[in-house]
Amino acid sequence: MSLLLEGRGLALVRGHRLLFEGVELSLTPGEALHVTGPNGCGKSSLIRLVAGLLRPSAGTIDRAEAALADENLALDREQALGKALAFWGGPKLGEALEAFDLLPLADVPVRMLSTGQSRRARLARVMASVAPLWLLDEPLNGLDAAGAKQLAKAIADHRAGGGAVLAASHMPLGDKWRTLELAS
Amino acid sequence: MIGALIHREVRRGLAGAAWMPVAFFLLVAAIVPFAVGPDAQLLARIGGGALWIAALTAALLPIERLIEPDRADGVLDQLALSGASEEGVAIAKIVGHWLTFGPLLLIAAVPASVLVGLDGAALVRALVALAIGTPALAALAVAVAALTAGLPRAGSLAGLLLMPLAVPLVIFGAAATGVDPGGALKLEAAVALLTLAGAPFVTGAAIRASRT
Repeated sequence: MSLLLEGRGLALVRGHRLLFEGVELSLTPGEALHVTGPNGCGKSSLIRLVAGLLRPSAGTIDRAEAALADENLALDREQALGKALAFWGGPKLGEALEAFDLLPLADVPVRMLSTGQSRRARLARVMASVAPLWLLDEPLNGLDAAGAKQLAKAIADHRAGGGAVLAASHMPLGDKWRTLELAS
Repeated sequence: MIGALIHREVRRGLAGAAWMPVAFFLLVAAIVPFAVGPDAQLLARIGGGALWIAALTAALLPIERLIEPDRADGVLDQLALSGASEEGVAIAKIVGHWLTFGPLLLIAAVPASVLVGLDGAALVRALVALAIGTPALAALAVAVAALTAGLPRAGSLAGLLLMPLAVPLVIFGAAATGVDPGGALKLEAAVALLTLAGAPFVTGAAIRASRT
């Protein structure tokens, strides 16, 4: 089975500090990996490393096309949510808006969204893309119970469709995840 | 993606403060006669140079909104994830920025040339020189914006960076606007081409460097 993500011997030094070393990652279609660890251990940095936004200090990464949801919204504040998300051109945008209950908000300007609503918008952008690998940084932050349920369903559907998920979170994500603990 | 990005730049430019550099350009041109006095001959002689100083200061104004908001909001990261190269993003930014900066500045150059006492022939020379020079000014503004993105006091730093880099352009641009342009226009075009060719690579490298 082909790998959607393979990282070998990954190490990262930031600000003269070794965040982690010798990290091995592999994700096959349908798999999900939960990166845990205390604050400051490099969870978010590992996600950015896999995304290709940071270069590893050592090791190599091979990955399929990926979509990222991190703490940045990356949507034009003045535009309506539907239009702002459409800029990113996800083929499954309609489906994603529905899955995260954002259809009623499609005409609302992005700057009027609440924290939880904009969190869901970030996740909807990931779902709208057809990237097989999802990279989620603290996906549960700011979500209410309904939002968490929508996310769990989106992830389950994505995995059932042969996708893979790499998520960094200090909260439990469910029992169908492999975990990778980063030491501090 | 590049087309959508250019469209986005133009939309944001026009919705935001596209008129501000132009107003600034006109104001600087209007101040020149107050500073040097109403001597028409003297004004006509230095008018071309004054227009270029006005254009250069106007180019400084939009720098802070060109790269930094997109860096801070993760737009540049998402663009990288979607497969766009940083250099491609830079080209789109330069084209998009010029579209909201260059044409408006050229239109404003007509009343500005009256303020600094240029005659019809000098106005035509100024318009040609500015038409060649403004794309390079836009490219410099984007590159400097990327170099200073995320730094404290980025606005003043950008000014300190952009002015010296624009010196060759101003020398040949102002000479091409003058009475005896000679080969100045060709040299200005050469400098502008060099700037336009180099800026996307500087911008791209600066965007990548800003992530670490």
